[in-house]
Amino acid sequence: MPFSDGALLEAVGLHRAWGAARVLRGVDLCLGPGEALAVVGPNGAGKTTLLRVLAGLVRPTRGEVYVLGRRLERGTPEVRRPIGFLAHQSLLYDDLTVVENVAFAARLYGARDPVGVARRALEEVDLAGRADDRPRRLSRGLLQRAALARALVHGPRVLLLDEPFTALDAPAAARLRHILRARLEDGAAMVLVTHQLAEAWELATRVGVLAGGMWALEAPREGGLDAFVPRWEAAARG
Amino acid sequence: MGEALRLALAIAAKDVRAELRSKTALLSALVFAALVLVIFNFARDPTAISAFLLAPSVLWVTFAFAAIVALNRAFTAEREHGALDGLLLAPVPREALFLGKFLANVAFVATVEAVTLPLFVLFFNVDLAAALPGILGTAALATIGFVAVGTIFSAMAVRTRFAELMLPVLLLPFMVPPLVGAVQLTARLLAGRPLSEMMGWLRLLALYDVVFLTLCTLAFSAVVDE
Repeated sequence: MPFSDGALLEAVGLHRAWGAARVLRGVDLCLGPGEALAVVGPNGAGKTTLLRVLAGLVRPTRGEVYVLGRRLERGTPEVRRPIGFLAHQSLLYDDLTVVENVAFAARLYGARDPVGVARRALEEVDLAGRADDRPRRLSRGLLQRAALARALVHGPRVLLLDEPFTALDAPAAARLRHILRARLEDGAAMVLVTHQLAEAWELATRVGVLAGGMWALEAPREGGLDAFVPRWEAAARG
Repeated sequence: MGEALRLALAIAAKDVRAELRSKTALLSALVFAALVLVIFNFARDPTAISAFLLAPSVLWVTFAFAAIVALNRAFTAEREHGALDGLLLAPVPREALFLGKFLANVAFVATVEAVTLPLFVLFFNVDLAAALPGILGTAALATIGFVAVGTIFSAMAVRTRFAELMLPVLLLPFMVPPLVGAVQLTARLLAGRPLSEMMGWLRLLALYDVVFLTLCTLAFSAVVDE
């Protein structure tokens, strides 16, 4: 059972091993409405695996994930509905246009007007002008925006974002922060895995340093980024 | 059930739309089927065995190999850019996901068969007029069975390093029963034999369809979920 009433996303004692390698070793987290956890850590710390376990794409070896109080496990497609996931890859099909890709995602989530919803999502990420292009014709930054529109098209309450600021120029990054802040104000919860903590700092309500598959530090964001960096480095060193 | 069917049709429509754009699987399968027919046509000795006797086997060998070429593509597009993750994340029951991919694959293989059949008539000079409805029914029964198995093996093979090689290795043994049934039925249809002589083979094909469609639908989650 989840420990916290009202939590949108809760993980309890997550372990994950790939063969002999223990990638996650007892990770807990709990996020309520309006909370955003920025996860940083060195390469191989288990950040992406944590995100994939939280999304239900990878099963934990031990531990449980709860989304809106319901346990995420195999055979529970409805539990995944509130999740929006931005991955390293775009999750887009090369043979469909950008709007067709986003509309297909909307259709899977039961949107009544998938194309209309998709066009609005593309407007939100400032990509409406390229809606009828194929993904292969987009630059890396534009592709990231298309992937973001796909992740947000169904109005998810739990956002799992893997390096969301990758390849975005300054205006696009600012726009993304604006979009994500609006989602938080609407009561969403968010986990942002990032190497660019400066980009995510303003959004985060909590910051977690993952090292060796466990929290080296997980605490509310306090003070400025400059003051946090030495704590982060010390925590990552163990 | 209605929602699962809606999702399955959405997935199938996406696959058909993407294939109509790229034409990768259809064109490769059609060219392959034409080449197989040409090779069989010129490789056989017409004085040793008549086209009429050879025709059922050639037809189904051509269908089978062309279907494997088409099925190879089924999950390749899902692997590119991690699109399969997008499908697995969505609130789509795995049964609906299987059904969607299966329907799209049936559409591709049926298209290949529909185009191959006139070429087969052309090369082998077989009069299909009387047997055509029966052959179409046989094709439908056999195709449903091996495409069901092919869909799940395609999902399995795409996660391996040599997906294009793995699919035929996995699938061909499971294609034997429907192919044998289809060849036997086609031979009897072309010879104008009575329906009573075909009932056993029809039952075999129908049983194969029911058993493997059910098994593959139920097992699909174990194949695609981590």
